[in-house]
This record gives sequence, C-alpha cells and structure tokens, in this order.
Amino acid sequence: MPLPHPALHLAVALDGTGWHPAAWRLPDARPEGLFTAAYWADLVAEAERGLLDFVTIEDSLGLQSAETFAPDRRTDQVRGRLDAVLTAARIAPLSRHIGLVPTATVTHTEPFHISKAIATLDFVSSGRGGVRVQVSGRPHEAELFGRRTLPPFTFEDFERPEVQALVGELFDEAADYVEVLRRLWDSWEDDAEIRDVATGRFIDREKLHYIDFEGSAFSVKGPSITPRPPQGQPLVTALAHQTIPYRLVARSTDLGFTTPHDADDARGIVAEIRAEQAAAGRADQTVHIFGDLLVFLDDAPGAAAARRDRLDELAGTPLTSDAEVFAGTAGDLADLLLEWQQAGLAGFRLRPATLPHDLEQITRRLVPELQRRGAFRTAYEADTLRGLLGLPRPGSRYTAATSATASAATSV
Amino acid sequence: MSKPLKQIHLAAHFPGVNNTTVWSDPAAGSQIDFSSFVHLARTAERAKFDFLFLAEGLRLREQGGQIYDLDVVGRPDTFAVLAALAAVTDRLGLAGTINSTFNEPYEVARQFASLDHLSAGRAAWNVVTSWDEFTGQNFRRGGFLAQEDRYERAKQFLTAAQVLFDSWRGDEIVADKESGTFLADPDVGRFQHRVSQFDIAGQFNVPRSPQGRPVIFQAGDSEEGREFAASSADAIFSRHSTLEAGRAFYTDVKDRLDRYGRGRDELLILPAATFVLGDTDADAQEKAALIRRQQVSGQTAIKFLEQLWNRDLSDHDPDGPLPEVDPLVGENTIAKGRASVRMHRDPLDVARQWRELAATKNLSSREVIIEVTGRQSFIGTPSKVAETINEFVQTDASDGFILAPHLTPGGIDEFADTVVPLLQERGVFRSEYEGTTLRDHLGLAAPRNRDENRDENRNRATERAAS
Repeated sequence: MPLPHPALHLAVALDGTGWHPAAWRLPDARPEGLFTAAYWADLVAEAERGLLDFVTIEDSLGLQSAETFAPDRRTDQVRGRLDAVLTAARIAPLSRHIGLVPTATVTHTEPFHISKAIATLDFVSSGRGGVRVQVSGRPHEAELFGRRTLPPFTFEDFERPEVQALVGELFDEAADYVEVLRRLWDSWEDDAEIRDVATGRFIDREKLHYIDFEGSAFSVKGPSITPRPPQGQPLVTALAHQTIPYRLVARSTDLGFTTPHDADDARGIVAEIRAEQAAAGRADQTVHIFGDLLVFLDDAPGAAAARRDRLDELAGTPLTSDAEVFAGTAGDLADLLLEWQQAGLAGFRLRPATLPHDLEQITRRLVPELQRRGAFRTAYEADTLRGLLGLPRPGSRYTAATSATASAATSV
Repeated sequence: MSKPLKQIHLAAHFPGVNNTTVWSDPAAGSQIDFSSFVHLARTAERAKFDFLFLAEGLRLREQGGQIYDLDVVGRPDTFAVLAALAAVTDRLGLAGTINSTFNEPYEVARQFASLDHLSAGRAAWNVVTSWDEFTGQNFRRGGFLAQEDRYERAKQFLTAAQVLFDSWRGDEIVADKESGTFLADPDVGRFQHRVSQFDIAGQFNVPRSPQGRPVIFQAGDSEEGREFAASSADAIFSRHSTLEAGRAFYTDVKDRLDRYGRGRDELLILPAATFVLGDTDADAQEKAALIRRQQVSGQTAIKFLEQLWNRDLSDHDPDGPLPEVDPLVGENTIAKGRASVRMHRDPLDVARQWRELAATKNLSSREVIIEVTGRQSFIGTPSKVAETINEFVQTDASDGFILAPHLTPGGIDEFADTVVPLLQERGVFRSEYEGTTLRDHLGLAAPRNRDENRDENRNRATERAAS
C-alpha cells in the first residue's frame, strides 16, 4: 500500500549545546562535554535511534560571535569548537546508518585537502559522508589565514553593489571549490586499482585522471591521492538565504538548506532554485531542497513557548534566527512539516533549541508521530547516505568521457 | 651497579606508498578500507605500542611523465583517518605526517588541537616540508619554495602553530550555569604573529587540548633537520640502519639539545625498521630474501636505476649488469614526487659505488637494487630480533623503532604475538599502558605553556584592537 504521503527526509543540525544561546545553562546541558568525543557520539546515537537521514555539524574558522560579520568578546555564550570534519570522522565508526555532514569553510582552505578528507570520511563511514560548504566573508576570519584581506561590512550594507559583487565572487569561488571536490572524487575510476600480479601493476593508470582545473582563485592538477570513495560522490550541501547562494545550491550541490517562513515562502524559494537549476543545465538531476527550522518541542501545549521565554530571559534578549522558530508540540510540528512539504520541500533540517531535550523530542515524539501518519521510515532502508536520500551512485565523469570518446571514435 | 634498563618505544607504520609494501602477496589486504587501519591499530594497541604512524604524500608519484603504477597507490586523508581510529582504540598514540608548505598554520593547529581532544590526548604531528612545484600544482599556494626557505618556513610554521596551541591556557572555560559565565576571559585565544612567512592575527577557537599540543616529530637527517629537531621536536623519525651509524646519529643529535636548554630525554630517536621473523634464523633469512625479491621486481629495479641514472632505461635487462652509460647529471627530470631522488646528490659517485658492489659480489642490476635499497631489517627468530632491538636501544643507537611491516593489514601480528612478550619478559617494554596520553607513553613532560609569548602577543593584539 502506498504511503499516504511521499516520505519525508529529516536531518538534525548539531551545534554546541543547541541553537538557543542560553541552552548551555539548562540542567540537562553538558557544556563541559563539548570538547570530548563522547558528547558528539551520544548525540549522533540519539539521532540514529530516531532513524534520521543525517546530522550536520556546524563549524567556523573563527571563534563564535553573536555578530554575523565581526567578533563580539561576549563571555556568556558557548565559545570554542572542534573541527567538524574530524568530529564527523571520529563518530563514523560508532554509528552504522546515519549520514554525517560536517561543515567546511571553503573560502580559505584547500579544495585538495577537503576533497580527500570528505572522501576519507566516506571510507570510514562506509558511504555515509557528506559536506556542507560554507562561505566566509568575515574579515576577521581572513586575518586568521593572513593570505587575503576582506573589507568589513554589515547586514545593512548587503544590498550595496560592491558588497553584492564581493558576495558574488566568494560564491563563485565556492562553486569552483565544489567543482574541484567533485572532479577529484571522480579522478580515480572505480576500478582503477587492479593489483595485476602478472604485469606488476597495482593500478591501471589509464583510469586515473588529471582534473586540470583552472579557476580565478586556484588551479588544481590532480588526481586525488585518495581513491574514489564508496558513494562515488559524497553528498554536497549548502545553506542559502538569497539569490546568489540559491544559485550555488542549484549549480553545485545535491541538497540545499533554505529558511522559508511559511509555505508560500517555501514555494517561492523552490521555484527560484528550480529555475536556476534549469539555467545551469541540471534540470534532470535531483537537487533536494530542505527547509530549516529552529525547534522547541514539548508534550504539553504551551510548554515549549514557555521554555523559550525562560531561555530568552536567561539570555537577556529574545532569540533571533535566520530560520523560522517553532515552539509547540510534536503533533503541531508534524502538521507544519507536511504542509510545507506540499510546497516542494523534500525534507527538513531541524535545529534543536536545546540539547539533548529538543533532539529527544524529535527522535522520540516527532518521528513516531510522522510514522503514524505514514510519512517517515520505520527502519533504515539503505546503507549509504545517497541511498537514504534516494540519490543514485553516479559513475565517474571520466569513465563516461572515456567511453564517450571511444564510441565517438568507432562511429567515425 | 649497572645503569637501569632503558624502556623501548615501539610504533607501527601503516604500510606506505612505496616498494616496502608488498601488495602482490595473497595475504595483502586493502590499502584504503578502514578495516585495514583498524586491524593494524588494534594489533598495535594489543601489543601496547606507543603509537601508529601514518605517512603522507600530496601528489601521486610519476616517473617518465606517467603515474607510477608498480607500487601501492592511494591513501586516505591523515587527519580524518586518525580521528576515526581514535574511536576504535583507547590508548594508542595517533601520529600523522602533515606538510608545512601546502597548509596554513591556523588550520593545521585547529585540526591537531581537535584531534588531540577527540583522542583524549593521543595526537602527534610529523612536520615535513615539501619544496616542489610538482606537488604545488594541487594547491592554492602552488609554486616553488626555494631550498633555503624550506626549513625557515617549516620552523616558522611550527612556531606559529605553537603560538596558537598556547593561546588558551586551559582554565578559560568555566561554564557556570548559575551565574551565566561561560568564559573567564573575552580575549581567549588572542594571538598576533607577524614573521616573514606569516602575518596572522585573531582568536584561536579550539580550547587547550589534553596534551597542550601534539607530540612533534621531525623526519630526515640533514644538518638543518637535526638542528630543527634539537630545537623544536619531541622525537625524530630517522633512518640509520647500523648500530654504528645509529649511535653516531644519536650522539650527534642528543649533543645538540643542551644548546636549547633541553635534557637528553626530551628528544627521542626512533628509526624506521623492517623485520622478518622465522622459526630459525635460516628460515627467517630465506623469507627475507623472498620478500626482498617481491619488493624489487625486475621492473621496479629498472625504475630505481632510472631514478639514479636520470635516463629512460626501459629497455635495460634487470637480470643483466648495470647500465654501461653514466648517469645524466643535472636536474632530475625522470622521477617526480618521491623523496629518494634527493638522496642521489652525486649520481656519478653512487653509480661508481654500485658498480664496485656489482663487481665484488657478481650481482645483476636487480640484485644491486635489492642490496642497496634494503633498509634496516631485523631478521631472525623472535628471540634474536628481541635481543637485537634491545641492544640497539640499550647501547644508545636509538630509543626504539617505528616498525614498517611489508604486509597490510596483518604485518605486525606475528611481531605482537612473539617478539613483544620477549621484550616484556626482559623488563624493557611495558606490559600495560601506565598513562593515557601519548606524552605519557613517551615519557615526555607536559609542554610548558609559552605564557610569556602569549601575554606579550595578547597585549600587542589588544592594543591593536583598541587603536
């Protein structure tokens, strides 16, 4: 019997002790555990018990700040974090089914290093690796590397042409970066390792490829030093709030996180990304669009909103977020998700306001509620992250190119 | 009364991308599946080894303009695989090679501090420099680093990383839920570091890690390398194969420590070593000869000849004598991306030595390569190997060894089962881990925080922020 709803995909965004700045002060919060592997292992285990598709792990090169584009010197919020890619790799052997999608800043780092790191994450997780590429326009993060200077700007400057030009440049660089990641993952064909004892050859070097990428910010020769990972192409994701980043989602990713505020908004965002996708010639490829929501969940009506108020009081200011903030019961959230799903969203990335409480509400209340409605899996149905998301395992572009050249040659 | 016995340090080298690793053996497993890394790491931990060691290369090697296909090719990202191994081991140190040319200090410091947290104090960093445009073609930095800038950049890189590791004292996070104070200090992690190779400033975002900073390794034995190690490293990964050469190197390097105000036990000398075990010494010798022939096929011998001769020798017969022509002197254009090429500083002289060897022992080209490329090998019964290793350590030719097995992933299984118990019986190798961190295993003190540096940096940075 078909499900009453197309299956919904669910991810959880892990960051510190949760997304409310005062979450670390709650009795069940474990701020002292933030810099241990056990802390992250416990959260991922809980997410996996809830059969979620994947977790994302937030990261930034610089110290966290309440200001988006500048440091803040605050001492009343969580500061300090571990590298997200390493954290994901550390958790991989302790989990079996759930996808692991760490954040990687692409503005100052080397695509060659991140490509092999995510490929390795895919190896150590047996095909559950992905990455969220993140652009940094923050001048103080540029100073940490000292290799380029970025001009200071604020949200108010955002529409100014020179700021839009800079943002455009940074996102173009991110698109180049993803192109390099993907070419490097394809640079070893799947069957490049032959171990042919008779001829003494470990690899068939015809199946290793230079990627010869030339871009404005970097050139990369290739091939990768790491063989093609289990998924072929680990999942590439990005968070997007406006046209320029929507274009990155459309051109380069498998999955985009967006921040709609209602179903109509979601419909508009989906339409814009689909149009960009067509313009980029990728209309035939699956690009999942997820909605992000920051969630407070409690069983009793009104309890979640009251909890939010108490946390705001502790923080001294009301919570602000780029994503819509939801406070209510799991049942109400299920209603909302299914309504927004109709607008074309393939799934949702939920940002728990507090940990572990709101994560457990997702896995132990929301998930069973969605299962009752036939809208969520009751067991993991695939071994890889691409599999869970219904994405095929692509062949290497170079394999395709080789056979295309061969068939062109024979047809002449 | 005799002096107390030195305790031996042992490490397992994951079989590398070179001809030491025999991939053609039926027992050879995957070089990339995580299960191979898990097997080696768990065996090393079962045997109470100090650490596991992972090498790195950032461009696939080429010879004659083509990707080199006779040896193992392909390896994982060092950081990611070490982080994953931290999940399947509890005490084993996790050491990785990370290049200081094609990385930036802020990012590498973040990664090592993170690895040290995620492994509860087991991270080690083998700092290497690369210098070639060939590898640079994979990186933003690209380009060429002049010979004289190589160690300078490596030194500055390490110093910059240490400034970052020390930018947190370790007591800044108070996380007092009652008062709402998370950080004791708004300027936590503040640094400013301006030298010829780096100009960086800001706040480091990883709190001080369990070991303070990772254990630092230096590899290579050039004059600059030795001095760099004496000033800044906790251990040297060296390659001296005989007792005499080992002792000379050991004395030379340890004598340099005093100049930096360091004690002789603050820098460990850990040469790489291979081993072959047998039921009798003759049996082991026979196995060793067989392994050497697996490691140096006729084709591999030709490739080694080409590296020295700097010429295409693809038509040369490996089972015949050495080439009659002389090596081509000048820039080596034949082999790219391998460290051994720089060893041949005087190719004509090396060729002369090889010819003498061939004449004296009546050797073919392949047999010469088998002789001259053989690294330190402990060959014999477990008891003989245990005895020899102990002699090297007790007579100050080394402080232990980094064992490079020829098989993945089971290459140290037999050593763990037979040699280690004998060393334990002699009282020269631990039967249980005594501490939890790699520094504990190596007997290294916790690093002093460079407090003075830090305060100075911070004052400067705060002034700058205020101006």
